[in-house]
Amino acid sequence: MVQSETVDSAPKIEKPVILEFDHIGLAYQVDGSPRRIIDDISLNIAEGEFVSFVGPSGCGKTSILRMVSGLSPAPLGEIRVRGNKITQPLKNIGIAFQNPVLMPWRNTLDNVMLPLEVVEPYKQEIRNASRKAIHTRAAEELLATVGLKDFAKQYPWQLSGGMRQRASLCRALIHKPEILLLDEPFGALDAFTREEMWVMLQELWMHNRCTCILITHDLREAVFLSDTVYVMGPRPSSIVYKVDVNLPRPSTSDLLLSDEFNHVVADLRRHIHRN
Amino acid sequence: MDTLDRLEKFSRTKAASIVFPTVATVLLFVVWEIVVQVLKIPAYNLPAPSAIWQSTIAQSQALWENSMQTLLTTLAGFVLAIAAGVILGFMIGYSRLAYIVLYPLLVGFNTIPKVALVPLFALWFGVGTVPAILTAFLLAFFPIAVNVALGLDTVEPEMKDVMRSLGASQFEIFQKIGFPHVMPYIFASLKVAISLAFVGAVISETVASNKGIGYLIVTASSNFDVPLGFAGLMVLAIMGTALYGFFAAAEKYLIYWAR
Repeated sequence: MVQSETVDSAPKIEKPVILEFDHIGLAYQVDGSPRRIIDDISLNIAEGEFVSFVGPSGCGKTSILRMVSGLSPAPLGEIRVRGNKITQPLKNIGIAFQNPVLMPWRNTLDNVMLPLEVVEPYKQEIRNASRKAIHTRAAEELLATVGLKDFAKQYPWQLSGGMRQRASLCRALIHKPEILLLDEPFGALDAFTREEMWVMLQELWMHNRCTCILITHDLREAVFLSDTVYVMGPRPSSIVYKVDVNLPRPSTSDLLLSDEFNHVVADLRRHIHRN
Repeated sequence: MDTLDRLEKFSRTKAASIVFPTVATVLLFVVWEIVVQVLKIPAYNLPAPSAIWQSTIAQSQALWENSMQTLLTTLAGFVLAIAAGVILGFMIGYSRLAYIVLYPLLVGFNTIPKVALVPLFALWFGVGTVPAILTAFLLAFFPIAVNVALGLDTVEPEMKDVMRSLGASQFEIFQKIGFPHVMPYIFASLKVAISLAFVGAVISETVASNKGIGYLIVTASSNFDVPLGFAGLMVLAIMGTALYGFFAAAEKYLIYWAR
Protein backbone atom coordinates (compact mmCIF):
# COMPACT_ATOMS: atom_id res chain seq x y z
CA MET A 1 0.00 0.00 0.00
CA VAL A 2 2.88 2.39 0.85
CA GLN A 3 4.35 1.68 -2.53
CA SER A 4 1.26 2.67 -4.48
CA GLU A 5 1.14 5.92 -2.51
CA THR A 6 4.60 6.93 -3.70
CA VAL A 7 3.66 6.07 -7.26
CA ASP A 8 0.55 8.23 -7.06
CA SER A 9 2.21 11.27 -5.62
CA ALA A 10 4.88 11.14 -8.32
CA PRO A 11 4.31 13.31 -11.42
CA LYS A 12 1.69 11.76 -13.68
CA ILE A 13 2.87 9.68 -16.59
CA GLU A 14 0.71 10.14 -19.68
CA LYS A 15 -1.37 7.04 -20.13
CA PRO A 16 -2.93 5.97 -23.43
CA VAL A 17 -6.45 7.21 -24.11
CA ILE A 18 -9.12 4.52 -23.88
CA LEU A 19 -12.29 6.57 -24.41
CA GLU A 20 -12.83 9.53 -26.72
CA PHE A 21 -15.98 11.64 -26.57
CA ASP A 22 -16.24 13.35 -29.94
CA HIS A 23 -18.87 16.15 -29.97
CA ILE A 24 -21.56 14.02 -28.42
CA GLY A 25 -25.04 15.42 -27.99
CA LEU A 26 -28.56 14.34 -27.09
CA ALA A 27 -31.95 15.76 -28.12
CA TYR A 28 -35.52 14.67 -27.46
CA GLN A 29 -38.77 15.56 -29.17
CA VAL A 30 -40.96 17.22 -26.53
CA ASP A 31 -44.49 18.03 -27.74
CA GLY A 32 -43.31 18.03 -31.32
CA SER A 33 -40.41 20.45 -30.84
CA PRO A 34 -36.85 19.27 -30.38
CA ARG A 35 -35.28 19.85 -26.98
CA ARG A 36 -31.56 19.65 -26.57
CA ILE A 37 -30.49 17.79 -23.43
CA ILE A 38 -26.75 17.52 -23.97
CA ASP A 39 -25.25 20.23 -26.11
CA ASP A 40 -21.75 19.28 -27.14
CA ILE A 41 -19.21 17.34 -25.14
CA SER A 42 -15.71 16.39 -26.22
CA LEU A 43 -13.16 14.91 -23.89
CA ASN A 44 -10.69 12.06 -23.50
CA ILE A 45 -10.41 9.53 -20.74
CA ALA A 46 -7.10 7.78 -20.13
CA GLU A 47 -6.63 4.13 -19.33
CA GLY A 48 -6.95 3.53 -15.61
CA GLU A 49 -8.33 7.01 -14.96
CA PHE A 50 -11.10 7.57 -12.42
CA VAL A 51 -13.47 10.19 -13.83
CA SER A 52 -16.58 11.71 -12.28
CA PHE A 53 -19.41 13.64 -13.85
CA VAL A 54 -21.29 15.95 -11.51
CA GLY A 55 -24.11 18.33 -12.27
CA PRO A 56 -27.71 19.27 -11.51
CA SER A 57 -30.37 16.60 -11.93
CA GLY A 58 -31.78 16.30 -15.43
CA CYS A 59 -28.57 17.47 -17.10
CA GLY A 60 -28.06 14.12 -18.83
CA LYS A 61 -25.46 12.52 -16.58
CA THR A 62 -27.07 9.11 -16.75
CA SER A 63 -27.46 9.43 -20.53
CA ILE A 64 -23.69 9.80 -20.80
CA LEU A 65 -23.24 6.53 -18.98
CA ARG A 66 -25.74 4.79 -21.23
CA MET A 67 -23.87 6.11 -24.26
CA VAL A 68 -20.50 4.90 -23.01
CA SER A 69 -21.91 1.47 -22.13
CA GLY A 70 -23.45 1.25 -25.58
CA LEU A 71 -26.85 0.44 -24.05
CA SER A 72 -28.05 3.59 -25.84
CA PRO A 73 -25.28 4.71 -28.24
CA ALA A 74 -24.73 8.44 -28.71
CA PRO A 75 -27.31 9.80 -31.18
CA LEU A 76 -25.19 12.86 -32.07
CA GLY A 77 -21.41 12.73 -32.36
CA GLU A 78 -19.66 9.57 -31.32
CA ILE A 79 -17.82 7.89 -28.49
CA ARG A 80 -14.88 5.71 -29.38
CA VAL A 81 -13.34 3.00 -27.28
CA ARG A 82 -9.74 2.39 -28.39
CA GLY A 83 -10.63 4.12 -31.64
CA ASN A 84 -13.75 2.05 -32.38
CA LYS A 85 -17.10 3.81 -32.48
CA ILE A 86 -19.57 2.48 -29.89
CA THR A 87 -22.74 1.33 -31.65
CA GLN A 88 -23.92 -1.56 -29.48
CA PRO A 89 -23.53 -2.70 -25.86
CA LEU A 90 -19.85 -3.12 -25.03
CA LYS A 91 -18.90 -6.54 -23.83
CA ASN A 92 -16.93 -6.98 -20.68
CA ILE A 93 -17.72 -3.81 -18.83
CA GLY A 94 -18.81 -3.58 -15.20
CA ILE A 95 -21.88 -1.58 -14.33
CA ALA A 96 -23.58 -0.66 -11.04
CA PHE A 97 -26.68 1.46 -10.57
CA GLN A 98 -28.22 3.32 -7.64
CA ASN A 99 -30.54 0.34 -7.33
CA PRO A 100 -28.35 -2.72 -6.70
CA VAL A 101 -30.58 -4.95 -8.93
CA LEU A 102 -29.46 -8.20 -7.39
CA MET A 103 -31.40 -11.25 -8.50
CA PRO A 104 -33.64 -12.35 -5.65
CA TRP A 105 -33.42 -16.02 -6.67
CA ARG A 106 -29.63 -16.08 -6.27
CA ASN A 107 -27.69 -15.88 -3.04
CA THR A 108 -24.98 -13.26 -2.68
CA LEU A 109 -22.19 -15.46 -4.01
CA ASP A 110 -24.20 -16.59 -7.03
CA ASN A 111 -25.20 -13.00 -7.74
CA VAL A 112 -21.56 -11.93 -7.72
CA MET A 113 -20.60 -14.82 -10.00
CA LEU A 114 -23.27 -14.04 -12.62
CA PRO A 115 -20.85 -12.26 -15.02
CA LEU A 116 -18.63 -15.35 -15.05
CA GLU A 117 -21.52 -17.32 -16.53
CA VAL A 118 -21.84 -14.85 -19.41
CA VAL A 119 -18.44 -13.33 -20.18
CA GLU A 120 -15.69 -15.23 -22.00
CA PRO A 121 -13.24 -16.78 -21.17
CA TYR A 122 -14.83 -17.42 -17.76
CA LYS A 123 -17.96 -18.89 -19.37
CA GLN A 124 -15.87 -21.74 -20.79
CA GLU A 125 -13.72 -22.08 -17.70
CA ILE A 126 -16.47 -22.49 -15.14
CA ARG A 127 -17.79 -25.51 -17.03
CA ASN A 128 -14.75 -27.25 -15.61
CA ALA A 129 -15.38 -28.05 -11.94
CA SER A 130 -11.83 -27.44 -10.71
CA ARG A 131 -11.55 -24.17 -12.62
CA LYS A 132 -14.91 -23.15 -11.26
CA ALA A 133 -13.69 -23.80 -7.71
CA ILE A 134 -10.82 -21.36 -8.29
CA HIS A 135 -13.23 -18.67 -9.47
CA THR A 136 -15.58 -19.36 -6.58
CA ARG A 137 -12.71 -18.84 -4.17
CA ALA A 138 -11.83 -15.58 -5.94
CA ALA A 139 -15.44 -14.43 -5.60
CA GLU A 140 -15.43 -15.33 -1.91
CA GLU A 141 -12.24 -13.35 -1.43
CA LEU A 142 -13.76 -10.37 -3.21
CA LEU A 143 -16.79 -10.61 -0.92
CA ALA A 144 -14.47 -10.78 2.06
CA THR A 145 -12.73 -7.54 1.05
CA VAL A 146 -16.08 -5.72 1.17
CA GLY A 147 -17.01 -7.34 4.48
CA LEU A 148 -19.57 -9.80 3.12
CA LYS A 149 -17.65 -12.97 3.92
CA ASP A 150 -20.37 -14.30 6.20
CA PHE A 151 -23.18 -13.36 3.85
CA ALA A 152 -22.20 -15.37 0.76
CA LYS A 153 -25.08 -17.81 1.20
CA GLN A 154 -27.69 -15.20 2.19
CA TYR A 155 -30.35 -14.01 -0.21
CA PRO A 156 -30.70 -10.32 -1.17
CA TRP A 157 -33.73 -9.74 1.04
CA GLN A 158 -31.65 -10.82 4.02
CA LEU A 159 -29.08 -8.05 3.38
CA SER A 160 -29.17 -4.36 4.28
CA GLY A 161 -29.14 -1.68 1.57
CA GLY A 162 -25.42 -1.03 2.00
CA MET A 163 -24.62 -4.75 1.84
CA ARG A 164 -26.62 -5.15 -1.36
CA GLN A 165 -24.78 -2.26 -2.92
CA ARG A 166 -21.44 -3.80 -1.94
CA ALA A 167 -22.50 -7.09 -3.52
CA SER A 168 -23.54 -5.16 -6.64
CA LEU A 169 -20.07 -3.58 -6.82
CA CYS A 170 -18.47 -7.01 -6.48
CA ARG A 171 -20.62 -8.23 -9.37
CA ALA A 172 -19.45 -5.27 -11.46
CA LEU A 173 -15.80 -6.14 -10.78
CA ILE A 174 -15.63 -9.96 -10.63
CA HIS A 175 -14.86 -10.38 -14.34
CA LYS A 176 -12.06 -7.77 -14.19
CA PRO A 177 -13.67 -5.36 -16.65
CA GLU A 178 -11.59 -2.75 -18.46
CA ILE A 179 -14.24 -0.13 -17.84
CA LEU A 180 -16.33 0.29 -14.71
CA LEU A 181 -19.45 2.44 -14.93
CA LEU A 182 -21.13 3.64 -11.74
CA ASP A 183 -24.45 5.48 -11.85
CA GLU A 184 -24.95 7.12 -8.44
CA PRO A 185 -24.19 3.80 -6.76
CA PHE A 186 -24.38 5.23 -3.23
CA GLY A 187 -27.24 7.67 -3.78
CA ALA A 188 -29.72 5.67 -1.71
CA LEU A 189 -27.44 5.10 1.27
CA ASP A 190 -27.15 7.09 4.51
CA ALA A 191 -24.22 9.48 4.95
CA PHE A 192 -22.13 7.22 7.21
CA THR A 193 -22.51 4.14 5.07
CA ARG A 194 -21.77 6.20 1.99
CA GLU A 195 -18.41 7.40 3.31
CA GLU A 196 -17.45 3.85 4.25
CA MET A 197 -18.31 2.79 0.72
CA TRP A 198 -16.06 5.46 -0.78
CA VAL A 199 -13.06 4.08 1.07
CA MET A 200 -14.03 0.55 0.07
CA LEU A 201 -14.56 1.46 -3.59
CA GLN A 202 -11.20 3.23 -3.70
CA GLU A 203 -9.50 0.13 -2.34
CA LEU A 204 -11.21 -2.08 -4.90
CA TRP A 205 -10.31 0.30 -7.70
CA MET A 206 -6.67 0.63 -6.66
CA HIS A 207 -6.49 -3.13 -6.70
CA ASN A 208 -8.08 -3.43 -10.18
CA ARG A 209 -6.93 -0.22 -11.86
CA CYS A 210 -9.72 -0.27 -14.38
CA THR A 211 -10.98 2.87 -16.07
CA CYS A 212 -13.87 4.12 -13.99
CA ILE A 213 -16.65 6.60 -14.74
CA LEU A 214 -18.74 7.71 -11.81
CA ILE A 215 -21.98 9.65 -12.13
CA THR A 216 -22.92 11.47 -8.94
CA HIS A 217 -24.39 14.64 -7.56
CA ASP A 218 -22.32 14.37 -4.40
CA LEU A 219 -19.32 16.68 -4.88
CA ARG A 220 -17.42 15.23 -1.91
CA GLU A 221 -17.84 11.73 -3.35
CA ALA A 222 -16.51 12.90 -6.71
CA VAL A 223 -13.47 14.63 -5.22
CA PHE A 224 -12.67 11.80 -2.84
CA LEU A 225 -12.63 9.14 -5.55
CA SER A 226 -11.61 10.81 -8.81
CA ASP A 227 -8.55 11.80 -10.77
CA THR A 228 -10.69 14.16 -12.82
CA VAL A 229 -14.07 15.73 -12.09
CA TYR A 230 -16.19 17.15 -14.91
CA VAL A 231 -18.93 19.61 -13.98
CA MET A 232 -21.94 19.69 -16.28
CA GLY A 233 -24.15 22.76 -16.55
CA PRO A 234 -27.94 22.89 -16.67
CA ARG A 235 -29.80 21.89 -19.87
CA PRO A 236 -28.70 21.96 -22.60
CA SER A 237 -25.63 20.81 -20.79
CA SER A 238 -21.98 20.81 -21.65
CA ILE A 239 -18.83 20.55 -19.58
CA VAL A 240 -18.54 23.89 -17.76
CA TYR A 241 -15.60 23.07 -15.51
CA LYS A 242 -12.91 20.45 -15.11
CA VAL A 243 -10.86 19.74 -12.00
CA ASP A 244 -7.78 17.57 -11.79
CA VAL A 245 -7.70 16.20 -8.28
CA ASN A 246 -4.27 15.51 -6.87
CA LEU A 247 -4.98 14.21 -3.41
CA PRO A 248 -2.92 11.42 -1.85
CA ARG A 249 -4.09 7.84 -2.27
CA PRO A 250 -5.01 5.56 -0.65
CA SER A 251 -6.98 7.96 1.47
CA THR A 252 -9.00 7.36 4.60
CA SER A 253 -12.12 9.14 5.73
CA ASP A 254 -9.80 11.58 7.56
CA LEU A 255 -9.16 13.15 4.18
CA LEU A 256 -12.76 14.37 4.21
CA LEU A 257 -11.84 16.74 7.05
CA SER A 258 -8.64 18.10 5.51
CA ASP A 259 -8.36 21.65 4.20
CA GLU A 260 -7.06 20.70 0.77
CA PHE A 261 -9.98 18.32 0.25
CA ASN A 262 -12.55 20.90 1.25
CA HIS A 263 -10.80 23.51 -0.84
CA VAL A 264 -11.33 21.44 -3.98
CA VAL A 265 -14.96 20.77 -3.06
CA ALA A 266 -15.60 24.48 -2.44
CA ASP A 267 -14.03 25.35 -5.78
CA LEU A 268 -16.34 22.89 -7.54
CA ARG A 269 -19.38 24.17 -5.70
CA ARG A 270 -18.68 27.75 -6.80
CA HIS A 271 -18.60 26.66 -10.41
CA ILE A 272 -21.86 24.77 -10.14
CA HIS A 273 -23.58 27.78 -8.62
CA ARG A 274 -22.24 30.20 -11.17
CA ASN A 275 -24.05 28.24 -13.89
CA MET B 1 -58.80 -11.38 30.22
CA ASP B 2 -55.89 -13.63 31.02
CA THR B 3 -57.24 -16.48 28.90
CA LEU B 4 -57.85 -14.10 26.02
CA ASP B 5 -54.26 -12.92 26.21
CA ARG B 6 -53.00 -16.48 26.19
CA LEU B 7 -55.24 -17.35 23.25
CA GLU B 8 -53.93 -14.32 21.39
CA LYS B 9 -50.37 -15.44 22.06
CA PHE B 10 -51.11 -19.02 20.97
CA SER B 11 -52.69 -17.81 17.72
CA ARG B 12 -49.27 -16.58 16.59
CA THR B 13 -47.61 -19.99 16.94
CA LYS B 14 -47.27 -22.49 14.12
CA ALA B 15 -49.39 -25.13 15.86
CA ALA B 16 -52.30 -22.71 15.96
CA SER B 17 -52.54 -22.69 12.17
CA ILE B 18 -53.42 -26.41 12.38
CA VAL B 19 -55.34 -26.49 15.66
CA PHE B 20 -57.75 -23.59 15.05
CA PRO B 21 -59.03 -24.66 11.59
CA THR B 22 -59.47 -28.23 12.84
CA VAL B 23 -61.44 -27.09 15.86
CA ALA B 24 -63.58 -24.80 13.66
CA THR B 25 -64.35 -27.66 11.23
CA VAL B 26 -65.24 -30.09 13.99
CA LEU B 27 -67.38 -27.44 15.66
CA LEU B 28 -69.23 -26.79 12.40
CA PHE B 29 -70.17 -30.46 12.07
CA VAL B 30 -71.17 -30.76 15.74
CA VAL B 31 -73.43 -27.71 15.56
CA TRP B 32 -74.86 -28.98 12.26
CA GLU B 33 -75.62 -32.41 13.79
CA ILE B 34 -77.26 -30.88 16.86
CA VAL B 35 -79.40 -28.46 14.82
CA VAL B 36 -80.63 -31.24 12.52
CA GLN B 37 -81.40 -33.58 15.44
CA VAL B 38 -83.09 -30.98 17.63
CA LEU B 39 -85.21 -29.41 14.90
CA LYS B 40 -85.90 -32.85 13.36
CA ILE B 41 -85.06 -31.66 9.85
CA PRO B 42 -85.80 -34.47 7.37
CA ALA B 43 -82.81 -35.96 5.51
CA TYR B 44 -84.21 -34.99 2.09
CA ASN B 45 -83.94 -31.32 3.12
CA LEU B 46 -80.71 -31.24 5.10
CA PRO B 47 -79.06 -34.51 6.10
CA ALA B 48 -77.10 -34.62 9.36
CA PRO B 49 -73.33 -35.20 9.14
CA SER B 50 -73.89 -38.71 10.58
CA ALA B 51 -76.28 -39.52 7.72
CA ILE B 52 -73.82 -38.14 5.18
CA TRP B 53 -71.07 -40.29 6.70
CA GLN B 54 -73.27 -43.42 6.54
CA SER B 55 -74.04 -42.69 2.91
CA THR B 56 -70.33 -42.15 2.21
CA ILE B 57 -69.50 -45.57 3.63
CA ALA B 58 -72.38 -47.29 1.82
CA GLN B 59 -71.55 -45.69 -1.53
CA SER B 60 -67.77 -45.56 -1.12
CA GLN B 61 -67.21 -47.59 -4.30
CA ALA B 62 -69.24 -45.18 -6.47
CA LEU B 63 -67.76 -42.12 -4.78
CA TRP B 64 -64.21 -43.40 -5.34
CA GLU B 65 -64.71 -44.24 -9.01
CA ASN B 66 -66.42 -40.95 -9.79
CA SER B 67 -63.94 -38.83 -7.88
CA MET B 68 -61.10 -40.50 -9.81
CA GLN B 69 -62.90 -39.54 -13.02
CA THR B 70 -63.20 -35.95 -11.85
CA LEU B 71 -59.57 -35.87 -10.74
CA LEU B 72 -58.48 -37.26 -14.10
CA THR B 73 -60.40 -34.71 -16.18
CA THR B 74 -59.30 -31.87 -13.88
CA LEU B 75 -55.63 -32.78 -14.13
CA ALA B 76 -55.79 -33.40 -17.89
CA GLY B 77 -57.41 -30.00 -18.43
CA PHE B 78 -54.95 -28.41 -16.04
CA VAL B 79 -51.88 -29.82 -17.80
CA LEU B 80 -53.21 -28.58 -21.15
CA ALA B 81 -53.87 -25.20 -19.53
CA ILE B 82 -50.30 -24.93 -18.25
CA ALA B 83 -48.88 -25.70 -21.68
CA ALA B 84 -51.18 -23.31 -23.54
CA GLY B 85 -51.07 -20.64 -20.84
CA VAL B 86 -47.28 -20.56 -20.62
CA ILE B 87 -46.82 -20.48 -24.39
CA LEU B 88 -49.46 -17.79 -24.90
CA GLY B 89 -48.13 -15.82 -21.94
CA PHE B 90 -44.61 -15.80 -23.35
CA MET B 91 -45.92 -14.76 -26.76
CA ILE B 92 -47.92 -11.87 -25.32
CA GLY B 93 -45.14 -10.92 -22.93
CA TYR B 94 -42.35 -10.87 -25.48
CA SER B 95 -44.04 -9.74 -28.67
CA ARG B 96 -45.85 -6.44 -28.91
CA LEU B 97 -47.55 -7.69 -32.08
CA ALA B 98 -48.86 -10.82 -30.37
CA TYR B 99 -50.06 -8.66 -27.49
CA ILE B 100 -52.08 -6.32 -29.73
CA VAL B 101 -53.56 -9.16 -31.78
CA LEU B 102 -54.27 -11.73 -29.08
CA TYR B 103 -55.01 -9.87 -25.87
CA PRO B 104 -58.44 -8.44 -26.85
CA LEU B 105 -59.43 -11.87 -28.19
CA LEU B 106 -58.38 -13.53 -24.96
CA VAL B 107 -60.26 -11.04 -22.81
CA GLY B 108 -63.35 -11.39 -24.97
CA PHE B 109 -63.19 -15.15 -24.85
CA ASN B 110 -62.60 -15.18 -21.11
CA THR B 111 -65.82 -13.23 -20.48
CA ILE B 112 -67.94 -16.04 -21.98
CA PRO B 113 -69.39 -18.16 -19.15
CA LYS B 114 -67.80 -21.52 -19.89
CA VAL B 115 -70.86 -23.48 -18.82
CA ALA B 116 -72.54 -22.12 -21.98
CA LEU B 117 -69.97 -23.95 -24.09
CA VAL B 118 -70.52 -27.38 -22.55
CA PRO B 119 -73.59 -28.29 -24.69
CA LEU B 120 -71.56 -27.45 -27.81
CA PHE B 121 -68.68 -29.62 -26.66
CA ALA B 122 -71.11 -32.45 -25.97
CA LEU B 123 -72.46 -32.03 -29.50
CA TRP B 124 -68.97 -32.16 -31.02
CA PHE B 125 -67.23 -34.71 -28.82
CA GLY B 126 -70.06 -36.63 -27.22
CA VAL B 127 -71.10 -36.68 -23.58
CA GLY B 128 -68.40 -37.55 -21.02
CA THR B 129 -64.71 -37.12 -20.54
CA VAL B 130 -63.71 -34.81 -23.41
CA PRO B 131 -66.11 -31.92 -22.65
CA ALA B 132 -65.01 -32.03 -19.00
CA ILE B 133 -61.31 -31.80 -19.91
CA LEU B 134 -62.00 -28.98 -22.36
CA THR B 135 -64.04 -26.98 -19.86
CA ALA B 136 -61.37 -27.44 -17.19
CA PHE B 137 -58.74 -26.31 -19.71
CA LEU B 138 -60.66 -23.25 -20.85
CA LEU B 139 -61.28 -22.00 -17.33
CA ALA B 140 -57.71 -22.59 -16.19
CA PHE B 141 -55.48 -21.31 -18.98
CA PHE B 142 -56.42 -17.63 -18.84
CA PRO B 143 -54.95 -16.75 -15.42
CA ILE B 144 -51.76 -18.62 -16.31
CA ALA B 145 -51.31 -16.75 -19.60
CA VAL B 146 -52.01 -13.38 -17.99
CA ASN B 147 -49.62 -14.01 -15.12
CA VAL B 148 -46.78 -15.16 -17.38
CA ALA B 149 -47.20 -12.05 -19.53
CA LEU B 150 -47.36 -9.87 -16.42
CA GLY B 151 -44.23 -11.51 -15.03
CA LEU B 152 -42.26 -10.85 -18.21
CA ASP B 153 -43.52 -7.29 -18.25
CA THR B 154 -42.27 -6.58 -14.72
CA VAL B 155 -38.62 -7.59 -15.22
CA GLU B 156 -36.57 -4.59 -14.08
CA PRO B 157 -35.01 -2.91 -17.14
CA GLU B 158 -31.81 -2.33 -15.16
CA MET B 159 -31.50 -6.07 -14.59
CA LYS B 160 -31.59 -6.56 -18.36
CA ASP B 161 -29.05 -3.72 -18.72
CA VAL B 162 -26.66 -5.55 -16.40
CA MET B 163 -26.92 -8.61 -18.64
CA ARG B 164 -26.63 -6.63 -21.88
CA SER B 165 -23.53 -4.82 -20.63
CA LEU B 166 -21.92 -8.23 -20.14
CA GLY B 167 -22.65 -9.06 -23.77
CA ALA B 168 -25.39 -11.57 -22.96
CA SER B 169 -27.51 -12.91 -25.82
CA GLN B 170 -31.30 -12.61 -25.82
CA PHE B 171 -31.50 -16.28 -24.90
CA GLU B 172 -29.12 -15.83 -21.96
CA ILE B 173 -31.18 -12.87 -20.73
CA PHE B 174 -34.27 -15.07 -20.84
CA GLN B 175 -32.50 -18.00 -19.21
CA LYS B 176 -30.90 -16.03 -16.37
CA ILE B 177 -33.54 -13.35 -15.77
CA GLY B 178 -36.84 -13.76 -17.65
CA PHE B 179 -37.45 -17.38 -16.72
CA PRO B 180 -36.59 -17.25 -12.99
CA HIS B 181 -38.41 -13.94 -12.65
CA VAL B 182 -41.58 -15.42 -14.13
CA MET B 183 -41.56 -18.52 -11.89
CA PRO B 184 -43.32 -16.93 -8.87
CA TYR B 185 -45.95 -15.49 -11.22
CA ILE B 186 -46.53 -18.93 -12.73
CA PHE B 187 -46.88 -20.58 -9.35
CA ALA B 188 -49.24 -17.90 -8.06
CA SER B 189 -51.43 -18.56 -11.10
CA LEU B 190 -51.23 -22.36 -10.73
CA LYS B 191 -53.00 -22.18 -7.37
CA VAL B 192 -55.85 -20.25 -8.97
CA ALA B 193 -55.81 -22.34 -12.15
CA ILE B 194 -56.06 -25.73 -10.44
CA SER B 195 -59.17 -24.58 -8.55
CA LEU B 196 -60.67 -23.24 -11.78
CA ALA B 197 -59.88 -26.47 -13.65
CA PHE B 198 -61.67 -28.37 -10.92
CA VAL B 199 -64.68 -26.07 -11.15
CA GLY B 200 -64.69 -26.49 -14.94
CA ALA B 201 -64.59 -30.28 -14.80
CA VAL B 202 -67.44 -30.49 -12.29
CA ILE B 203 -69.58 -27.97 -14.21
CA SER B 204 -69.20 -30.03 -17.35
CA GLU B 205 -70.05 -33.24 -15.50
CA THR B 206 -73.28 -31.77 -14.16
CA VAL B 207 -74.36 -30.65 -17.64
CA ALA B 208 -73.14 -33.33 -20.00
CA SER B 209 -71.66 -36.48 -18.54
CA ASN B 210 -72.39 -39.95 -17.26
CA LYS B 211 -69.35 -40.07 -15.00
CA GLY B 212 -67.71 -37.99 -12.30
CA ILE B 213 -68.69 -36.44 -8.99
CA GLY B 214 -70.72 -33.72 -10.72
CA TYR B 215 -72.79 -36.37 -12.46
CA LEU B 216 -73.12 -38.34 -9.20
CA ILE B 217 -74.52 -35.29 -7.39
CA VAL B 218 -77.02 -34.55 -10.15
CA THR B 219 -78.19 -38.17 -10.16
CA ALA B 220 -78.39 -38.33 -6.37
CA SER B 221 -80.54 -35.21 -6.12
CA SER B 222 -82.91 -36.37 -8.86
CA ASN B 223 -83.33 -39.60 -6.82
CA PHE B 224 -83.92 -37.53 -3.65
CA ASP B 225 -80.82 -39.24 -2.20
CA VAL B 226 -79.71 -35.97 -0.57
CA PRO B 227 -77.19 -37.61 1.84
CA LEU B 228 -75.33 -39.02 -1.17
CA GLY B 229 -75.39 -35.58 -2.85
CA PHE B 230 -73.83 -34.10 0.28
CA ALA B 231 -71.28 -36.92 0.38
CA GLY B 232 -70.33 -35.90 -3.16
CA LEU B 233 -69.99 -32.28 -2.04
CA MET B 234 -67.73 -33.34 0.82
CA VAL B 235 -65.51 -35.29 -1.57
CA LEU B 236 -65.33 -32.21 -3.83
CA ALA B 237 -64.36 -29.99 -0.91
CA ILE B 238 -61.62 -32.37 0.18
CA MET B 239 -60.27 -32.82 -3.35
CA GLY B 240 -60.32 -29.09 -4.07
CA THR B 241 -58.50 -28.29 -0.84
CA ALA B 242 -55.94 -31.02 -1.45
CA LEU B 243 -55.19 -29.81 -4.99
CA TYR B 244 -54.85 -26.22 -3.85
CA GLY B 245 -52.73 -27.27 -0.88
CA PHE B 246 -50.41 -29.28 -3.11
CA PHE B 247 -49.61 -26.31 -5.33
CA ALA B 248 -49.39 -23.89 -2.42
CA ALA B 249 -46.84 -26.21 -0.78
CA ALA B 250 -44.92 -26.69 -4.04
CA GLU B 251 -44.76 -22.92 -4.42
CA LYS B 252 -43.41 -22.45 -0.92
CA TYR B 253 -40.79 -25.14 -1.51
CA LEU B 254 -39.64 -24.09 -5.00
CA ILE B 255 -39.95 -20.31 -4.82
CA TYR B 256 -38.44 -20.04 -1.33
CA TRP B 257 -36.44 -16.97 -2.36
CA ALA B 258 -39.49 -14.81 -3.09
CA ARG B 259 -40.52 -14.71 0.58
